[in-house]
Amino acid sequence: MIPIDQACVRIGRGRAPRALVAASLMLLAIGAAPAFAAGGVEAGMPWWVWPLALFVVCFLLGIVAVPAGVGGGVLFVPIVSGFFPFHLDFVRGAGLLVALASALAAGPSLLRGGLADLRLALPLALLASASSIAGAMIGLALPAQVVQVALGITILGIVALMATASKSELPDVAAPDRLSAALAIHGVFHDAATGRAVSWQVHRTPAGLVLFTCIGVLAGMFGMGAGWANVPVLNLLMGAPLKVSAGTSSFILSLVDSAAAWVYMIEGAVLMVIAVPSVIGMMIGARIGARLLTVLKASVVRRLVLVLLLLAGLRALLKGLAIWN
Amino acid sequence: MPRPESAEPVPSEQWRYARVLDLTSRLGFAALVAGYAAYVMGWLDVHVTVGELPQLWTLPLAEYLARTGSPTGWGWLAQLHKGEFAGLIGIVILAGCSVVCLLAIIPLYLRRRDRVYAGICAVEVLVLLLAASGVLTAGH
Repeated sequence: MIPIDQACVRIGRGRAPRALVAASLMLLAIGAAPAFAAGGVEAGMPWWVWPLALFVVCFLLGIVAVPAGVGGGVLFVPIVSGFFPFHLDFVRGAGLLVALASALAAGPSLLRGGLADLRLALPLALLASASSIAGAMIGLALPAQVVQVALGITILGIVALMATASKSELPDVAAPDRLSAALAIHGVFHDAATGRAVSWQVHRTPAGLVLFTCIGVLAGMFGMGAGWANVPVLNLLMGAPLKVSAGTSSFILSLVDSAAAWVYMIEGAVLMVIAVPSVIGMMIGARIGARLLTVLKASVVRRLVLVLLLLAGLRALLKGLAIWN
Repeated sequence: MPRPESAEPVPSEQWRYARVLDLTSRLGFAALVAGYAAYVMGWLDVHVTVGELPQLWTLPLAEYLARTGSPTGWGWLAQLHKGEFAGLIGIVILAGCSVVCLLAIIPLYLRRRDRVYAGICAVEVLVLLLAASGVLTAGH
């Protein structure tokens, strides 16, 4: 997945935002229809309707995720668990694969372009991937309703974070902390937007390591990519430039989600018929979303995604509390 | 350490990681799509028919496993002739990409005497292998 922060694009106006509204409404309609059908009509439906609906929903999620600057995984789990009949265990397994596939696909170009930095990523990814294993085991051991409630609360928290968090394009880091200096975590990336080489370094590395450990638990427990948390920690706390934060976050996800995905696979929680249409739909949608970056108004798409997440978070919470099954 | 001023090239280990990741992830995606096609097209035997799935995918994992008798851990390797398990090969390659990439860059760090990062890579490989080993089980 290509977060908007990694793309140096001009966002234009036009019909595209309206198309995105239509796409989002269609997405909700397609997602909601099976949920309502699950009440009784489901038994008479051919099996292929579900993977097909999943493919279409993920395709649309992929389109809106890129301009909104979020990974597909964070949209996938609450929306699919809320509006499809699949059990949460299988949705989380598929969600991790969606996030993993997106991160793997973006990895090579981010590394070659210097937007993902190995020296910055590896220490953080080590702790986050270890804790994501614990998160996956906790998530699979807890009753589904408890996880559903926690997921709803987390998603609503993400909405609040996305709506209020500021960003800093090039944070000022006066001096690196001791740990980042010892590990030589610094670098230079070529900013295509300005044509300049930008030097960067980081601080508050120990606090970053602690937070990434917590983020790993959430990623494993809920089967989500955690770019929504990675980027603020790298950018606002540690002081990495926004584009390096977004690129490095995506790379870290490839390691964290690998660790958690192994746990789900070994436990038997990966169903091909759910995971593969989701991965393919999301990847194709993300490619189209990346091309639409030049014509879409990012703020409109971001607001739409926040509304989608808000609805999905409420649905997860109410489903977990047995108020809206 | 002073703030770096001059432009630095992308480090060699980053290039190598990117190259290996590119190759292995493409292989994984190809295997994933091929495995899924073989599964849903009915080219291979199946453990659970796709027509039964709508009654099964609503169940919690433990109940699903009990009802279908599906293997956990690496038990699926013994049933590779069945579509849903053959399809897992693509997922194994995708989830295993990072291990190959990390192993590929350890020699570069060691050659530069950067033992800390060589160690971090080695420990990360162990973490991923531990996750893949099936030693850690969740208990549903």
